[in-house]
Parts: sequence; C-alpha cells; structure tokens
Amino acid sequence: MNMFSRLLLPAAAAVFLSACGKSGTDAASEKAAPEAAGSDEKGQITVYTARKEHLIKPLFERYTAETGIEIRYITDKEGPLMARLEAEGETSPADILMTVDAGNLWQAEERGLFQPLNSDVISKAIPANLRSGNDMWAALSVRARTIVYATDRVKPEELSTYEALADEGWKGRLCLRTSKKVYNQSLVATMMDTLGADKAEEVVRGWVANLATDPMSNDTAVLKAIAAGQCDVGIVNTYYFGRLKQEQPDLNLALFWPNQEDRGVHVNVSGAGITAHAKHPQAARALLEWLASGEAQAQFAAVNQEYPANPSVQPSEEVQSWGSFKADQVSVEKAGSLQTEAVKLMDRAGYR
Amino acid sequence: MKQSSTAPSRFLLRLPLLATAALVLLPLSVILLSWGSAQVDVWQHLIETGLGRLLRNTVTLLLGVGTGVILLGVGLAWLTAMCEFPGRRWLDWALMLPLAIPAYVVAFVVLGLFDYAGPVQTQWREWFGRDAWFPNARGSGAVILVMTAVLYPYVYMLARGAFLAQGRATLEAARSLGCSDWGGFLRVALPMARPAIVAGAALALMEVLADFGAVAIFNFDTFTTAIYKAWFGFFNLTAAAQLASLLLLFVGVSLFAETRARGRARYHQQSRRDRGAFQLSGLKAFAASGACLLVFGLAFVLPVVQLGLWAWQRRGDLDARFAELVGNSFGLAGSAALIAASLALLVALAERWRGGRRDSVALRIAGMGYALPGSVLAVGIMLAFAWIDRNWVNPLRALFGLEPTQLLVGSAAALLAAYLIRFYSVAFGPLSTSLERIRPVLHEAAQTLGAGHRRIVRRVYLPLMLPGILTALLLVFVDTLKEMPATLLLRPFGWDTLAVRIYELTSEGEWERAALPALTLVLVGLVPVILLMRRSRR
Repeated sequence: MNMFSRLLLPAAAAVFLSACGKSGTDAASEKAAPEAAGSDEKGQITVYTARKEHLIKPLFERYTAETGIEIRYITDKEGPLMARLEAEGETSPADILMTVDAGNLWQAEERGLFQPLNSDVISKAIPANLRSGNDMWAALSVRARTIVYATDRVKPEELSTYEALADEGWKGRLCLRTSKKVYNQSLVATMMDTLGADKAEEVVRGWVANLATDPMSNDTAVLKAIAAGQCDVGIVNTYYFGRLKQEQPDLNLALFWPNQEDRGVHVNVSGAGITAHAKHPQAARALLEWLASGEAQAQFAAVNQEYPANPSVQPSEEVQSWGSFKADQVSVEKAGSLQTEAVKLMDRAGYR
Repeated sequence: MKQSSTAPSRFLLRLPLLATAALVLLPLSVILLSWGSAQVDVWQHLIETGLGRLLRNTVTLLLGVGTGVILLGVGLAWLTAMCEFPGRRWLDWALMLPLAIPAYVVAFVVLGLFDYAGPVQTQWREWFGRDAWFPNARGSGAVILVMTAVLYPYVYMLARGAFLAQGRATLEAARSLGCSDWGGFLRVALPMARPAIVAGAALALMEVLADFGAVAIFNFDTFTTAIYKAWFGFFNLTAAAQLASLLLLFVGVSLFAETRARGRARYHQQSRRDRGAFQLSGLKAFAASGACLLVFGLAFVLPVVQLGLWAWQRRGDLDARFAELVGNSFGLAGSAALIAASLALLVALAERWRGGRRDSVALRIAGMGYALPGSVLAVGIMLAFAWIDRNWVNPLRALFGLEPTQLLVGSAAALLAAYLIRFYSVAFGPLSTSLERIRPVLHEAAQTLGAGHRRIVRRVYLPLMLPGILTALLLVFVDTLKEMPATLLLRPFGWDTLAVRIYELTSEGEWERAALPALTLVLVGLVPVILLMRRSRR
C-alpha cells in the first residue's frame, strides 16, 4: 500500500498537472486565435491535410517566414478528415483541405466540403485537366504510375502498354500492389473511361492470371520483389522507384513509359481546395496561389520526387533523369467519379 | 452482504459504471444508428465478391491466434510464476515487452526479413537453388505467428497474476489428494486461473478482430478489410459502420456465452505469495530457459534489433521535435492509464459491493469499445462529440451571446475520453479478475473487526489487488502509446505523438525512416513496464 501510494501518487500528480497546464495554455491560445484573426485577416491559416507532415512542413515554414502568417495543421487519412469536416460544419476551424489522389478530391467536392477557388492565378498556373471542373480544387503535384522492369530479364522492346501486361507472355512474371490502394483504383478507373468497362475488366483479369505471387501491400515491396527475381515487371508510382534508387543506385530496375502511342502514362495528383466554411478564405487562397507557382511549386513536387502540376515549373534533376513522357490527358476527375465502379470491377476480377 | 451505516448508497455505487457505459454508448449508438438507411448496393457487392472468404480468413485467424496466445501465455506464465530456472528473474518481466511493439511494426519487420526479397530467403536460394521450397511469408500461418507473438503478453500478464496469487499451497493440497504435478496444473491451477486466462485471451482476440494495420501489411483480407473497403473504396461510411456493428454483435455474443459457460462458479482463493517454486534442474531447466529465451528473442529482440539498425541509418532525423513527441506521448498515455484504471477500479469495487451481476448489460456495453476497429470507433466518437458541440454546447453559448465554437472536437479532454472509451475494458479485465480472487470472508472479517468501508478498501482490497492495478495501468499506458486513429483524428493542434509520426512515415511506405520513432515508442513503453513489473515481482 505504501509502495503503491509512493509510486503512483506523485506520478499521477505530475501527469495530471502537466496535462492540465497544457490544456490550460492550449485553451488560452485557442481563444486568442479567432480574436487575433478577427482583427487581422492574415492571422492564421488552418489546414486539414492527408499529405504527410514531412512533405508540407518545409513549405509551410517557408511561407510563414516570407509572410508572417502562421499555418497550423492536422494530418490524418482522407476519410476521417472528410468525416470531421462534414461533422464540424460551420464551426470547423479548417480553411484548406489538402489530400492525395483525385478520387478523394472529387469526393470532397461531391460532399460540398469546398468553395470555389475564384483565382486567376491558379486557373492560369494549373492545366484544366488537373483541376475541378467546377473550380473547387486544383492539383499541386502530379505523380506518374508507370511500368517498372528488371533490366537483366526484360528488354524495353518487350513492353508497350498497361493492357499488354495481360498477355500470355507475362504469365508468372507480373507483380502488383493490392487493389485496395487508391492508386490502382484510379488507374483502372481511367482505363474504364478510355477502354470501356468490359475491356478494362478483361485486362484486369489478364493481370491477375499473370501474377507471380499474391498482390503486395506497397509499391516498394513490388520493386524489391522484381529486383530479387520473384517477378520481372510491375506497376508503381515513380517516386517509390526514385526513393529506392537513392538508397541503392545500381539496382537492376528501370522505368518504362507505356501507352506513348495512344493515351499516355497514367497520372494522379495531390491537391487542395478551400473549405466551404473557411474562416480565412482570402488567406487560404493566397497560400494555394503561392503553392501553385514558382519556387514553392518546384519544392512541393521535389520533396517527394513528384512532378510539378504547373507546366512552367521544371521537375527536379533527379526526376528529369528518368526521361520525359506523354501523360494521359484524361481529366483526373474521371478517376474520382469512376472509383467505386473500379473497385467493384477489380473485386469481380479477383484482384485482391 | 450486510449494509453498514457507512456504506455508500446504491445509486452512488452504480454511478461510475453507468457513467462509463453512457460514454461508451455515445459512439456505439452513432455506429448502430447507421442501420437507419439501407446500403443494398454495397452489401450485395460484398456478398457476391467474397465476404465468405473474408469470414473464413477471420475465423482462421481467431482460432490460430486464440490457440497460440493461450498456449504461449499460459505456458510462459506457469514457468515464470511457479518454477525456478536460470534467467527466470529477468525473463519474468522481459516476456511482457513484446506488448510495447505495435503489431504492424512487427509485421513489417517480419515481412522485410522473411519475404522473397528479404535476406533470409535470398540466402536460402543461394544455398539450395532458385526453386528451393520456403514457407509462404505472407500466408495465414505467418499472420497467425506475428499476431500471437505480439498479443500473447495479454494472457501472460493475467495468467501470471493468477498463478502468483494461487501460490503453491493449493497445488500441495491437490498433490496430497493424489494428483500428479501435471494433474495439479491441469485440474487445479488451470481451472482456477480460468477467469484471468479468458480475460487475457478476450483482449487479444478483440484486438485480432479489430486489427487492420498488421493484416494490411500481409494483404491478408479479414472482416475489417470489408469495413475499410466500404469506407475508403466506396466512400460509404454508413455501410462501414453497419459492418462494424456486426463485429460488436459477435463480440457481445461471445462474451455473453463465456459468462454463461462459467455459470455461477466463483474463484476465490487465498492470496498467499509462497516463495517455494518448482525448482527445475538439468534438462528441464535448460528447456525452460530455452523456451522463454526463444520467445523473447523472436518476439522482442529480433524486431527491436532490426528497428535499431534502420534507426541508426536515419539517426539524423533525431531532433528537438522528438523530445516534444515523447513528452506528448508520455503525458497522454499516462493520463489515459490513470483515468481508465481509476474508473475501472471504482466500477469493479462498486460491483463487488453490490454483489450480483445485475448491471451485466451495462458492464458489457462499457467493455465494447475495444472490439471495434480503431478508425471506425474514432469516427464514431468524433461524430458524437461534434453532435454535442452543435446541439448542446453552442446553443448554450448562444444564450450567453458567445460565438459558436468547437469545445469538444479537437480538445485534449475529448481525446482522453476517446482513450477511455477504447481502453476501458483493457483496464477492467485485470482489475475484475484480481478482485474476484479475493474471498468475501476477508471483507466480513474486517467488518467484524469494526473496519469501515473506506478502511476495508484501503487496507484489504487495494493491497491485494495491487498486481491487478499495476497490470491495468501498464496495459492501458502501452495501448495508448500505440493508439493511432483516435489520436490522429481528435488531437489538439500541435499535439503530435510518436504514433502520429510513425503513421506519417509508414503511410507513404517509408518504413525504414519510421524505425526511429517506432524504436523510441518501444523505449518509452519500456519505462513503465520495468517500473511496474518490479513492483509485482514475486
């Protein structure tokens, strides 16, 4: 008993005091924030983001240094963030919702979580196929999902299109990431749009028949499996390839740009919009405009080895070294609106 | 039980339980209300495309992990609690440690080492040729092993407490009645420890049911896969909540069945801590040490060493931010542990006082938070709090002429409430089993000697329940450290924790970089494990 009280009571007191102290100051700053913002529209911007902290923090810090505007943010998955925005409604502190994948952006727009951007800067900086048709959101970076192959076992001449990976010749040589990942759902969704659902399903069935092993949980695992010889080709986002190459420069892997004769390489985006109940819409717009152009746009893409969404900004040297390609010009919104159908198609085809 | 004049009133006794049950009911009702609208489309699709397979996988996992954690947990607990062999003193607490590593981290490490491209299989192919057979590192067997390795400590801790409390006297009595050592174990010690073992296994299996992180790394589809598909694939949170409520139903029925099967049996015992243990020697001692070492090595040393290697490569990431992350993690987990354990202690004592199990429905509701996938529960809590903000707090503020705001969502209080809802049953399990072991005669004796209720609690119950209290604190602390979905969704701005950092890195596949925060999380978790285990050492 004595032991018990001696051990726990001080600990309890310490923890509670620190917790109280913390929530006390927190509550104080919470109260202070809206007032400060009320007197000065530039005070503080609040961002809900599914793009990860280490990919946005350097940019936000730079913006604060340049403009004096504080940016606070919460990171989480898209689903919970959208649910929170919806539940908070008018009282939401969020000014910007930033997410990865066009499907999620489209979904947020469908649910009325955004207000129009109304920005000439953004309309000029970001091509129309990388923006919402209703001006609700815009892409800030572009990621290409392409074919990767083992240089010692595959000649690039053997490769041509995503669809061709369903051919007999690749039996037991293909590795894929799980269909639960939105990147694959978007890829199949755009195929449904251009090829039609029946043809797309046929292709997916062909892929499944050619799998060397069960689908994997992430792109890096696919890359490593190809390097180790478990399979010869796969489909990955280029920045995973870039990341692995940085660690192991002489890896026996190379990228191939498929469908260059027809629609082009499948691209997806990360992007953002101003929330419907934003407390600081002007400040939020200014931040997005800043992110969409110039140095910030280059850095936004470079931190994750992605492609800038603004065509006048060059990708990083490392990314340029993988070569240039023709990208699929289909509006990324299509991927969003067809995502549910794509998931069902992949389920039917037995793609797990 | 006689009512003395100092006894708290009936209502006061019920209050802690009713309050807890009401709090847990908040998110549960949000989830159950999902049945208000039919989601025929999603359901039809799921049933047509392999819901059966998901259910089969889930049952396989439950059976495998259930068997695994009971065998491993009970076996190891018996060895460290009742036997003496080289290394027992430190293995006693070291065998707890795997609990501090999140399951998805172990899953990732195991896959990194043993999958086709990993070093083990690569070496294997070099020795035995390209087509040499190797067990499937992503099959159901591997998933079961990983989950068992991470979850056996629940059973181990509770069974260990039960065996320690039994002491040897009971076994000696059994032996004097003609039982062999094995017979004594199987027919006396094991049945007496049953409530503890069941409570531990229930915690482990609820975690299996609710897990998404570890199975996702193996791409092993379970029932939670369907829940997440409905939510993230079909953007249908309603259908996801409907699926999740089926999990609740399943857990509710199972727990009810176990209470029924136990019937009216009570497991009181003397709480003598005898020093005399089975002194193992020779081959037996060697085997005992070896078995414990093997489990400890595979379940803890192996993942930690791999994490250490990765963390060393990224040691540059270690910055001042880390101290803040550790502080936040520690503060939140410590507060959550104290709140959950205190409340569970109040409930357990109050229930004891009232005798009987009249509130068993409320008891069961209070324990349901642990059975739901974390993300679904987190959203349920968030929705419930947002609703309170909108319909109660803000109208009230309007009366005083204040602007509408968010008092609950995004506040530290809401986050702690979320931890309480999720981990209440983790605290209640060890507390109620340690309370069950205290014989009513002790209470009656103290009463005859003129002790008041407060004094009885302080001088009789608390000291006897100490191992249970420490276990409860420890389990909630470690579970809160690892908790991700509620922390992500409900944390106040700037309150990032180690788990948040791990999520940020792993969700973009940067596992090697996540090793540093993951290792720090394990180390932070070790502090209370070592502290508390020393207290409850025999």
